[in-house]
Amino acid sequence: MTTSTLLPPNVELRPKASSDGSDSQLLEVSMGPQHPSTHGVFRMDVALDGEHVVKLKPVFGYLHRNHEKIAENESYLGSMPYTDRLDYFCSLTNNWAYALAVETLAGIVVPERAEYLRVITAELTRLQNHASLVGFLMQDMGASGTPLMYAFREREKILDLFEALTGARMMCNYMRFGGCRVDAPAGWMQQAQQVIDAFPRFLDEFEKLLTGNEILMARTQGIGVLSKELAINAGVTGPMLRACGVNYDLRKVDKYGIYDRFKFRIPLGEHGDVYDRCMIRLLEMRESLTILQQAMKEIPAGPIQDPKTKIRGFRPKPGEAYGRIEAPKGELGFYLVSDGSPNPYRYRVRPPSLINLTVLEDMCLGRNIADVVIILGSVDIVMGEVDR
Amino acid sequence: MRRWCKSLWQVRMTLEPLKAEIEANVPGCRLEIVPNPSPSAQHSLLIDAEHAVAVATFLRDAKNLQFDYCSNVTGIDWPSREITEKVKVTKTIEGPDGTPVEQEVEEVRKSQTVGHLEVVYHLYSMALKHGPVVLRMRTEDRGERVHLPSLISVWRSVDFQEREVFDLYGVVFDGHPDLRRILMWDEFVDHPMRRDYIDPDDYEYEPTAHDEVMRRTNEHHGRTA
Repeated sequence: MTTSTLLPPNVELRPKASSDGSDSQLLEVSMGPQHPSTHGVFRMDVALDGEHVVKLKPVFGYLHRNHEKIAENESYLGSMPYTDRLDYFCSLTNNWAYALAVETLAGIVVPERAEYLRVITAELTRLQNHASLVGFLMQDMGASGTPLMYAFREREKILDLFEALTGARMMCNYMRFGGCRVDAPAGWMQQAQQVIDAFPRFLDEFEKLLTGNEILMARTQGIGVLSKELAINAGVTGPMLRACGVNYDLRKVDKYGIYDRFKFRIPLGEHGDVYDRCMIRLLEMRESLTILQQAMKEIPAGPIQDPKTKIRGFRPKPGEAYGRIEAPKGELGFYLVSDGSPNPYRYRVRPPSLINLTVLEDMCLGRNIADVVIILGSVDIVMGEVDR
Repeated sequence: MRRWCKSLWQVRMTLEPLKAEIEANVPGCRLEIVPNPSPSAQHSLLIDAEHAVAVATFLRDAKNLQFDYCSNVTGIDWPSREITEKVKVTKTIEGPDGTPVEQEVEEVRKSQTVGHLEVVYHLYSMALKHGPVVLRMRTEDRGERVHLPSLISVWRSVDFQEREVFDLYGVVFDGHPDLRRILMWDEFVDHPMRRDYIDPDDYEYEPTAHDEVMRRTNEHHGRTA
């Protein structure tokens, strides 16, 4: 491994000489911040030589509200609802990552039933995130509507479950330090079981629609290839890393929560291109379903929170902790420094989508604009998390 | 099973030998273990700026360590603060009969710590699946001497994160090829994550100022409401 190849590309901004000897020049395009393909207010400063991208610099900050500073002036519990707004597709995994960091900081034990509820809600979150991501990717490719609406139809069922459990469809604010806020209401488990049992049918349909599709294969195979070495060195995580063939899933590595109790496999890609990233997500949904089936069967009765854990007026001892989980987009980490006061002294979010964008330019160089759109789509970003 | 007990054991087992190993392989480096008293027990290694790149390269390339993945980079601001400590001093005072008598007196001393900015790196190994090892670097103060070496030549993942620390804390990373503001706009002057940052009160973009906002806007412009 040579380090020079892993550094940010040093682009030479000079157009190739045109064949007829006339002057040619680079075209600088500002894609975004208001562009339908950028999944929010994200901008890319692109320099084009004809059709080909010769430079691409992402520009962030349009949605920046200094989440970390706000959290420093807020109690530990007060930041919990705000974590929902980071990656607003996956509020439950954000909750879990934050709760895990605080539990590591203060040494709080989580009861069995709460751990199971966490796993169930997190895997449901993964299902709806991956389904809609694949739908969005198809939308970016020009398959207007149909695949996205198929995905959203299924997502709706899962959001209904979240609403019944937590009271909110997207801003769930469900987990607490050392447990969960409320137990599942009567009939929720049966309803969830029905959704989970019906999901493989949707996946079969979705895969039939997509995997063998010639247009999809032509548009995605060999596009946006990311090498294994660069992916590791650039801190790429989640399905994007596993599409490069690196076996690194925090559910297996850290075994946080109770993930060591479930049998599931980690799908790995071979080529690290857009097609692999898309397929990895489809396969991960199947594995999430096996986890869900096991968790639904094994979930014990019992308390969802130790009544002695202090939630209001919570003051952890001085120290620091870094807690991380496998969120649907990659490694979501929270780093907390406590000075013994009711507010965190330092509160840091490690956003997976921001760090996965590090390699965006490397993947896009030499491709054309239409490919940039789907490469960005395959990274799976949510600007609420990128800009914080 | 208590999750943090395992990590406590791991850290106690690994950090002391790790320190010795780095010191043996990177000549001249000054390391210090910063203990973490919380139940997480994620102790960290304070490294000196001069040898930071050498230490990081060693951690990444050593066969038994292989910290190939730098997960998280972040800054912490430690402004100078007053420490009061009680010290026992022997003083010579005049006794009741006029002769000098030595007596032990407790004295309260106040001193100022030197404020500094700290950068924290969380390292993991994807190859060997272990970690975290926490590295810290400190600047000399919070004013002019805020330069630290960039570790981008070791881990590409620090690219945006060091830019963020530069943007929000004002740590200047020497050797970073593209050190620009990342979240704030380029014309912005201050570093908003510092503890002593004061919010702007002119509300340039507030179209219909009222109540508290109106009061502060008027104060800013020296107007009476």
